[in-house]
Amino acid sequence: MTDKLIPTASATVGPYFHIGLTWLNHTEMATAATAGRQIVITGRVVDGNGEAIPDAMIELWQANAAGRYDHPEDGREDKPVDRSFHGYGRSRTDNDGGFRFVTVKPGPVPGPGNTLQAPHVVVALFMRGLLKHLYTRIYFADEAAANAADPILGLIDDEGRRATLLAQPGPDGTYRWDIVMQGDNETVFFDV
Amino acid sequence: MADVVGYRREVPGSQPPHLHAPYASTVKRAPTRPLVYIPHTLSEVTGPVFGHDRVRPEDADLTKQGAGQPIGERMILAGRVLDGDGRPVPHTLVEIWQANSTGRYHHERDQHDAPLDPNFTGTGRCITDAEGNYRFVTIKPGAYPWRNHHNAWRPEHIHFSLFGPSFMTRLVTQMYFPGDPLFPYDPIFNGIPDEAARQRVICQFDLGLTEPEWALGYRWDIVLRGRDATPMEK
Repeated sequence: MTDKLIPTASATVGPYFHIGLTWLNHTEMATAATAGRQIVITGRVVDGNGEAIPDAMIELWQANAAGRYDHPEDGREDKPVDRSFHGYGRSRTDNDGGFRFVTVKPGPVPGPGNTLQAPHVVVALFMRGLLKHLYTRIYFADEAAANAADPILGLIDDEGRRATLLAQPGPDGTYRWDIVMQGDNETVFFDV
Repeated sequence: MADVVGYRREVPGSQPPHLHAPYASTVKRAPTRPLVYIPHTLSEVTGPVFGHDRVRPEDADLTKQGAGQPIGERMILAGRVLDGDGRPVPHTLVEIWQANSTGRYHHERDQHDAPLDPNFTGTGRCITDAEGNYRFVTIKPGAYPWRNHHNAWRPEHIHFSLFGPSFMTRLVTQMYFPGDPLFPYDPIFNGIPDEAARQRVICQFDLGLTEPEWALGYRWDIVLRGRDATPMEK
């Protein structure tokens, strides 16, 4: 058995990541041709003082409306790939810490064992002051039954903490989801 | 559906913590509550795959983005992207960004009193080849001051961003140069607990990579997270 290599240490993106990373910004993840219900997810990223974080970068990864990931390891033939939707998003935050993604509501995907995961979006969060990126998830507050059975949400003991992952529906397919780094409503981040 | 094969968890000491008080910006931005441990599911072991159509060969040469040549020490930076078992990670996106040779970023928020170089944006990207190799041509970045503490200076470094085969292998890091006198004073470099892990973010001068009469060569290999041997337990 060969020795395992230890992964290279992470570092912060720093304050100037925009020059290297904004070329791949992708906030309009869905087009008119994309199957499913088009939604808009907006929010803000705030620090431990409740102040806007204007130099963060958010990346999203999600399944399409049928619950299929556009990736070689998702080979489920019964769930169609959507050629107009790849499931990846990237955005910097604006001066008010804000972000906005246009996407489609993902379908449910398999979880451990025979479980089914509620519709969700995986989030990677980068910023100045974050030496390694954080992972969290966006769930949808209007999927109460699916959320209640979700095997990952079920690992969060406190209901108030679970609620930090629930995007709240607004008018016209909009959802609101904020990222709070510290404090009473501190967002749940995952050890993955 | 069978359970997925997950990715190996962090080796203690090999990665920086979220809260590292000497780096002042971590204090109000690091989570204060423990991260919630979750198993890897299909959502974690998949991730974005980028085609070659977005990246052009010239994107890997940062010395040819202006009308003229940038000022500074021309260098070739090459290496391999490997997984945790030492296998190459082919066809994966590598993004880099850096200061110019005076220590100034081509960024509106960088107000360091050092000259911009009209021939240097400091951004590049490439896709690794079938053997996991990447190669950039650039200018050696300068050190620069920042306001973390009195008389704070960042060692010379180049920022890297990589994807690898899944969202779990995502990596953003900084690569340093051998023998930098600023290492003992830099809280970002020293945020990596283990000495051996710090040494692994320093590139090596490579005479074999150096091209006579043209550019110095530096080599740096990058290791992404490796895979578990067996499917996750529930």
